[in-house]
Amino acid sequence: MTDIRDRDPMTITPTPQLAGSVPEEKVRRWATVSRSGIFGVTAALIVLIAVMAFIAPYFWSVNNLLEVVRQVSAIAIIAAGGTFVILTSGIDLSVGSALGLTAMVAIVLANANAPAIVCVLAAILVGAVVGAINGVFIARFALPAFIVTLAALTYIRGFVYVGTGGTTLVPKSVDYAWIGQGNLFGIPVAAIVMVIVYVVGWFVLERTVFGRQVYAIGGNAQAARLSGIPVRRVLFFVYVISGICAGIAGVIVSARLESAVPDLGSGYELNAIAAIVLGGTSLIGGRGSLIGTLVGALFIAVLSNGMTLLNVQSFYQQIIMGAVILAAVFIDRIRRRKEPQH
Amino acid sequence: MTTTPDSRIVASVKGVTKSFGGTTVVTDVSIDFRAGEVHVLAGENGAGKSTVTKLLSGIHQPDGGIITVDGHTGPFDVKSAREAGVAIVHQELLIAPNLTVADNLAMGREYRNAARGLDRKSTRERAREQLAYVGAGHIPIGARAEELSIAEHQLIEIARAVSMRPKVLILDEPTSALASQETDTLLRIVRELRDAGTAIIYITHRMEEIEAIADTVSVMRDGKLIETMPIAVATPDAIVQRMVGRQIDSLYTTDRPAAGEVVLSVRGLTDGAAIGPIDLDVRAGEVVGIGGLIGSGRSEFVRLIFGADTATAGTVTVDGKSWRATGPAAAMRAGIALLPESRKTQGLVLDQAISANVVLASLPGVSRVGFVSPSSVRKVAAAAKKQLNIRSSSLSQEVGTLSGGNQQKVLLAKWLQSKPRVLILDEPTRGVDVGAKSDIYQIINDCAKTGMAVLVISSELPELIGLSDRVHVMREGHLVAELDAEGLTEEAVMTHAFGLAGATNS
Repeated sequence: MTDIRDRDPMTITPTPQLAGSVPEEKVRRWATVSRSGIFGVTAALIVLIAVMAFIAPYFWSVNNLLEVVRQVSAIAIIAAGGTFVILTSGIDLSVGSALGLTAMVAIVLANANAPAIVCVLAAILVGAVVGAINGVFIARFALPAFIVTLAALTYIRGFVYVGTGGTTLVPKSVDYAWIGQGNLFGIPVAAIVMVIVYVVGWFVLERTVFGRQVYAIGGNAQAARLSGIPVRRVLFFVYVISGICAGIAGVIVSARLESAVPDLGSGYELNAIAAIVLGGTSLIGGRGSLIGTLVGALFIAVLSNGMTLLNVQSFYQQIIMGAVILAAVFIDRIRRRKEPQH
Repeated sequence: MTTTPDSRIVASVKGVTKSFGGTTVVTDVSIDFRAGEVHVLAGENGAGKSTVTKLLSGIHQPDGGIITVDGHTGPFDVKSAREAGVAIVHQELLIAPNLTVADNLAMGREYRNAARGLDRKSTRERAREQLAYVGAGHIPIGARAEELSIAEHQLIEIARAVSMRPKVLILDEPTSALASQETDTLLRIVRELRDAGTAIIYITHRMEEIEAIADTVSVMRDGKLIETMPIAVATPDAIVQRMVGRQIDSLYTTDRPAAGEVVLSVRGLTDGAAIGPIDLDVRAGEVVGIGGLIGSGRSEFVRLIFGADTATAGTVTVDGKSWRATGPAAAMRAGIALLPESRKTQGLVLDQAISANVVLASLPGVSRVGFVSPSSVRKVAAAAKKQLNIRSSSLSQEVGTLSGGNQQKVLLAKWLQSKPRVLILDEPTRGVDVGAKSDIYQIINDCAKTGMAVLVISSELPELIGLSDRVHVMREGHLVAELDAEGLTEEAVMTHAFGLAGATNS
C-alpha cells in the first residue's frame, strides 16, 4: 500500500509553511500556487481519494488505480492540448470528433496491415491537419473559435461516419495495441504517454518563447501584439497542438479498443474542458497551468471510477458528476473572492 | 422663460474636494449654476472638470464640501441626484446599437400594458414626444440605433436625459464626435433648453463653441477653480491664459549634449483618412514633443510610425534604413519602441509577474533557440528593477498589484530591454505620482543622453515643455506648428492646439 502512495504524485502536496521560516520568494511562490487554483482541486482530489479508499474497498488496489490512470490518459491528453487553447482565451470543441477521426485513420491503416509506426504517425498527422484547419479560420480569418470548432465537431464526425460506414471497424490485428493495453515496468503505456505529453507540454509552456507568448496573448492580446508577438502565428499553432493531442489520444483509445467506433470520442471535449476548468485555468485566458489540468482530469476519473465501484447507476453518475463539477467551481470562486483583487 | 442676469441658482458646489487613491483631482471648488444659463467648464485634460460634473450627478461622492441641487443638499448617489433634477450625457454614449430608437429611449423605464407585457404603442408615442421635444423629430423611432449617425445617437441621449425634465443638464464634450453642421443643430437645442429655464453645464475644448453658447465660463486647472467669468470678459485669450501658466520646476533635467544625426525620419505618413500626411525628423539625443488636444490624432500618428495601425502611404526610416511595414514586430526590428497610451489595456499583462512583463518585448534576448532561460529572465528583471527603481516585494509580484507609477516603470523597462534606437512615449506619466514622474523624466533624459531619438506625447503642458527640446503641435491629424526653445510656451502650444494662431505665430 505504501509504495502505491509513493507512486501517486497527487498525494504528495506541499505543506504550507509559516511565513517566518521560509525565504520571501518561496512564500510568494506558494501564494501564486494557491491563487492559481491548483490548491483547491488538489485538496479536493486528496479528500476524494481518501473517501473512496474508505468506502469502496477495491478502489485502493494496485490494479484499480492503474486502471484509473489508463482510463484517464485519453481525456487528460486532449485536455493538455485544450489547456494551450484556453490559455489564449480560445476554445476547441472539435477534439472529441478529431479523436474519433484519428482513431479511425489508425484502425483503417492497421486493417491494411500498415506497420504500427505508420498508423501512429498518420493519426497524429491527421490530428495536426484538423487543428491547422481550425487554426487558419481562427487566427488568419479571425472567426470566433467557438463557432469554427463547433462546425469542425460536426463535419469531422460526419467524415468518421462516412469513413466507417456507420459501423464498428474491427481489424484482424492491431499491431500498436500495446500502446493502449500494455504495461512497461508495471505501468500502463498509455499513462507513460500521458506523462510524456504533460512533461513536454509543461516545458513548452514554461520554458519556451512560444509558451510565454501563449500566456501573454491570453493575458492581454493587445499588449502582446504591441510587444511584437506574432499573435496570429501563436494562435494557429495552439490549435495545431490541440489537434496533435487529439491524434495521440485517438491512437491510445483505438489501441485499447482494437477497433474504431463511429461515435468514438463524442463528448470528450466537454470532459476535457471540465478538467481544465477544475484545474484552475481561466476561460478568459492568461491564467492556469497544465499541472492543474492533470489534477482536474484525475479528479473526474477518480470520481467516476469510484461511483462505478460503488455500483452507482450510470444515469445517476451523470447527475452527481455535473453537480460535483458545479460545486467545485463554485467553491473555488468563493475562495478566490476573499483574496485581494486588483 | 427668458434669461435674466440674476436668475435663480439651481445647483452649486461649495468647497468640494475629491481624491482618488491619494491623488487629489478636485480641490476646494465652489461654483454656482443658474437656471436659464449655459455654464461652460474649461480647462486642460485632467483639470478636474469631469469630476465636478460626476460629483453633481452622484457618480462620485465628494470627500469634503457641500453640493446642493434645487434646495436638496447632497451628497447624492446617481438615483437621488436624478430625483433632485440632474441629468448627465456622458462623453461615451450609452446606446445599445442593436435596439431601435424607441427601445433605446425607453431603456430602464419600459412601459407595460395591463397584462404586464411591453406596451409597444406607448413606448413609440413616448419616444416620438421625447425626440420632438429636443427638435429631433426627424429621427425614425423604428430604426435600429446602429443605422444612425453618432450625431443622432447624441440627440437620442439628450432626448433621454431631457425627458426627465431635469433642472440641471450636464453635457460632457457633446460635440467631440460631431461634424460642424451637427454641432450647429446641437447648439440650437441647447439654447432652446436654456431658454426654457434649464441650467446647462457644458464641457468643451472648442473655443468657437464657448463663444457661441456660453453665458458663463469657469476655468479649472490642476483640480482648482481659477476663475468664473461672464462671457463678456471670457475671451479665448483670457481663457487659455487661465488654463495654463504653471511654473516649470526642477523636475526636469536636460543635461544633454547637442543633438546628433537624424535617426527617425517620417515622410508623408498617412492612414488615408484622419491622419497626415505628416513629415517629422527626430535626431539622436533629442527629445521631441507632440502637443495637442485629445482627439487631435497624436496617438494615431505614433501608432502609424510603429506599425500598430496600417499606413496607406508614406515612409518611416531609422538611421536611413526603411522596412516593409508589416506590424509592430518589423518596427521593433528596425529599432523602434512604443510605450502605448494605456498601460493597462495596451501595455501590460496585469495578471503576470513583473519579470514576465519586463522580458515580453525581448524574449529572444533571454532565450536560446526558442528556449527561455529562467536565470536570464531573473537577471534581466532584477537589473531593470534596480535601474528603474521599481518598488515591489519581489520580481514574481503580479504587475496589476503595483501602483500606477511602478506599473509605468515596468512598461518602460520592457521597452528599454528591447534596446531601441527610437523611443516613443505616449502619455508616459498619466496617473503616476510625482515621485515616479520625476524618476521617469530622469530615465527619458538618460535615454536621450545615450543617443536615442525620443518622441513624447503629453497632454500635460509643463511636462511636454519641460521634457522636450522642441514641440510639434498637432491639430485635426496634422502637425500645425513647430515650436523650438525660444517660442516654447504653454500659451503658444494651446493657441496652436485650439487653432487660434494668427499669422504672427509660427
